[in-house]
Amino acid sequence: MAQYNEIIHSSNTSGEGLDPKDFKSAAAVRWCAGCGDFSILATLQKAMSEMGVPKEKFAIISGIGCSSRFPYYMNTFGFHTIHGRAIAIASGMRLARPDLSLWVMTGDGDCLSIGGNHFIHACRRNMNVNILMFNNEIYSLTKGQQSPTSRVGLKTKSSPLGTIDDPFEPATLALGAGSTFVARGIDTDPKSMKELFRAAHNHQGTSFVEIYTNCLIFNDGALKPFTDRAIRDEATIWLEHKQPLLFGADKKKGIKMDGARPRVIDLNDSRHSIDEVLVHNNEDSYMAFLLANMSYDTTMPRPMGIFLDIKLDTYIQRSEKQLAQYYDPNADLMVLLKGDESWEI
Amino acid sequence: MAKKQVKLNNIVVRFAGDSGDGMQLVGVQLSNLCGTYGNGVNTFPDYPAEIRSPEGTLYGVSAYQLHIGSQPVYTHGNYIDILVAMNASSVKVNLPNVRKGGLIIVDTAGFADKFLKLAEYTTNPLEDDTYKDYKVVKVDINSIMAEEAKGMELSLKIVSRTKNIFSLGMIHWLLNMKLEPTIKWLEGKFDAKPGIKDINIKALKRGYKFAEECPELETQMLVPPADKPKGTYRNITGNEASALGLLTASRLANMPLFLGSYPITPATEILHFLSGFKKYGVRHLQAEDEIGGICSAIGAALGGNLACTTTSGPGLSLKIEALGFAVIVEIPLIIVNVQRAGPSTGIPTKMEQSDLLQAVFGRHGEAPMPVLAARSCSDCYDICIEAARIATKYLTPVLVLTDGYIAQGTEPWRIPDVDKMQKFPIDFVTEKEGFQPYKRDEKTLKRMWAIPGTPGLEHRVGGLEKQNNGSVVSSDGMNHQIMSEIRDKKIKGIANDIPDLEVVGDENGDILVVCWGSTFGAVKTAHESLTSQGKNFSFVHLRYLNPLPKNLGDILSKFKRILVPEVNLGQLKFILQGNFLREIEGLNKMQGIPFKAIEIENKIIEMLNQGDK
Repeated sequence: MAQYNEIIHSSNTSGEGLDPKDFKSAAAVRWCAGCGDFSILATLQKAMSEMGVPKEKFAIISGIGCSSRFPYYMNTFGFHTIHGRAIAIASGMRLARPDLSLWVMTGDGDCLSIGGNHFIHACRRNMNVNILMFNNEIYSLTKGQQSPTSRVGLKTKSSPLGTIDDPFEPATLALGAGSTFVARGIDTDPKSMKELFRAAHNHQGTSFVEIYTNCLIFNDGALKPFTDRAIRDEATIWLEHKQPLLFGADKKKGIKMDGARPRVIDLNDSRHSIDEVLVHNNEDSYMAFLLANMSYDTTMPRPMGIFLDIKLDTYIQRSEKQLAQYYDPNADLMVLLKGDESWEI
Repeated sequence: MAKKQVKLNNIVVRFAGDSGDGMQLVGVQLSNLCGTYGNGVNTFPDYPAEIRSPEGTLYGVSAYQLHIGSQPVYTHGNYIDILVAMNASSVKVNLPNVRKGGLIIVDTAGFADKFLKLAEYTTNPLEDDTYKDYKVVKVDINSIMAEEAKGMELSLKIVSRTKNIFSLGMIHWLLNMKLEPTIKWLEGKFDAKPGIKDINIKALKRGYKFAEECPELETQMLVPPADKPKGTYRNITGNEASALGLLTASRLANMPLFLGSYPITPATEILHFLSGFKKYGVRHLQAEDEIGGICSAIGAALGGNLACTTTSGPGLSLKIEALGFAVIVEIPLIIVNVQRAGPSTGIPTKMEQSDLLQAVFGRHGEAPMPVLAARSCSDCYDICIEAARIATKYLTPVLVLTDGYIAQGTEPWRIPDVDKMQKFPIDFVTEKEGFQPYKRDEKTLKRMWAIPGTPGLEHRVGGLEKQNNGSVVSSDGMNHQIMSEIRDKKIKGIANDIPDLEVVGDENGDILVVCWGSTFGAVKTAHESLTSQGKNFSFVHLRYLNPLPKNLGDILSKFKRILVPEVNLGQLKFILQGNFLREIEGLNKMQGIPFKAIEIENKIIEMLNQGDK
């Protein structure tokens, strides 16, 4: 047994030499066979083993949904909490425990519908929490209703004639809310996903990573337009910092600015050259908005990778700075109790 | 003319005016003065929901009432002895509560035609017999102060705003109080604004002189100091006491304090105080909503902090889902709910005791939780510490009920010596051997608690039912039955860890009054009053609403009739009837204001007159 301060200041295990297996819990994984969540689980176990963080310093917090069962499968401190509230709970844990590496596992419904308010405020506060949002564009654990990212017209159990409301574009929402790290990956590309997790971990502030995840029970094929081998090179573009925005099987297509909006050009076409192609800069928030806005534009490739990674003060830095300035461990509580005016009898 | 002096045991003073007239300010200063002098004093700020209501209106009247005694006082008083009113509306709304023959001091500027119309008076009540049952002193403060301000180059507005201080000066003379402490207070308050400082000091002195020279004011009223135990005292509101209690509790538990909160009347001051305690290491988050408030507190609690959230009725409703989580995950958490008149926005600045059932029962599933209620402003301090003791000892959320009356009212508080308080330092599990998060202490049924950062104790907890004695998720029905019963037994067992109820008055008899929360003051005062008249009844006051004290049933069985006065339509009555299968009589008030002692007394007399029912 030990008291709070002893635990906080006790020595930690080494964060080096960890193996992905060290992050596997004994619990049987209960996702459907073929679920995209398996890929994310394996990737995060691998990524965490390489982060150099003592295992006891990780805390994984989730809400409710298929994605939110995640903590049970990780051999870290894990908290499976309330629908939509994981980010609010993580925010409190972040303030209380600046020493922890905090990861929120959430889904499109959990994060953007019931938890939307906590999400935007965590983005604005730059809370130094890593939010991994598994986006399968459907409510799965409740067996197939439309979600806030479902495409217009999608027929689900709660939209038998097709949805009539427009979806959120999560990256744009996160950017608009002030997130300082916004990225997008896909379950079928664990290698890139691991890089995104590493970058999210290294980033100081709210890191938002959207991961396209296929639900093969209730929304199978939703991601096909950019996962299908035959078309994915043409339908997606990987954002690489300080590299020209090129895509296509032979990387001969590019993005150029046409007035205030981006446009696809074909470099095989003798009328265009590489010099016209926009160069990505993930430290430029104007560019991040521009690229995120391409997401639902069917004439443009779907951007994947890191939209934005900028360094601004985090909430916890400011909070700790205030504490460092004003906190006096020897402050006499009796002075406070007496207040401005007291008298003796 | 020779002035007289009379000694009184009690006096009730009420300042009433528009929201911007500074009535609260002078009320607080007077209560500090009385406290310093050694009087018992209980205050009742009574203000509208609007920040600056339209001037002169009946609904915009803001008031501050002080009950000053030569003994400790526990209520805001039955009737007003001195009403200071800045306009016609302020007299009209308060007149029913002024003692017949009581003194009403009016600022005549507030009786101009415009203000009479706003007060819905068709004639000027100062010129007819509307106020014939009272002694009215008219003063044209504006004209007097305009004269005082000559040559000071101050705007008319600034001069006219001294009317509250002028009236405070009059009260100084009436209660035979020294001006110096108030002059010192004004000097401190307006240190940076010499002109305003000077005119206010002039107003104070001029008000005093006016009263001294006023032919209608013949008598000074002296309330001798109360005989109180030695110690250091101050005046304190319930909300400040709650904030200080939570901070003290974190010291006693040896855990850092975290507050997650969202502004809501009348609980907001707790957030104000705690957010200003950075010197004492308090961390806080003003959350995006009520749910974010409690959830951030849950996150901090899961991280090993002493975490709390503060709210009022509608906010508690929003937090309730999260309370269910805190119950099943079994972590300490303190929820301070400052009750106000509901449902919905109701009358947000007025008090009520109508969240009791919400507090005890308002959750999905079987989700038992301790519920405590403070009986007075200063008791908010003790009750928050007790809530933290229970929360950390049993790993449970604890709900603390206060209300708008004690949260914003004041009373003198004897400051405790923190070094002499019982510490309850919390030990977290660090040993790997035998660790299972849902293995329990046999005595308290508290589960094993390890926090993030403890090497080798990585584990998962959450809202899903867990295996008894283990750690894994379980949907097994038999296990759920066992876990539900354990959670229930754990909370019920706290009854063994709280003091027995003490009956005030005879141990058995005809009438027992059972009260809870801030109704304590009115019942205690009524008891003192009736007992002195040879009229007998006994009472108990509940600070613990769940679980109830063990000897309550035994006490109830010794009385023929049981009366529960409460500011709701019978919530404790419902709980007692359900628990003890006894017929309980209710005295229920739903007017946004606390009980007066006289209302309790009248009911008891009525019951006594009925004899054996």
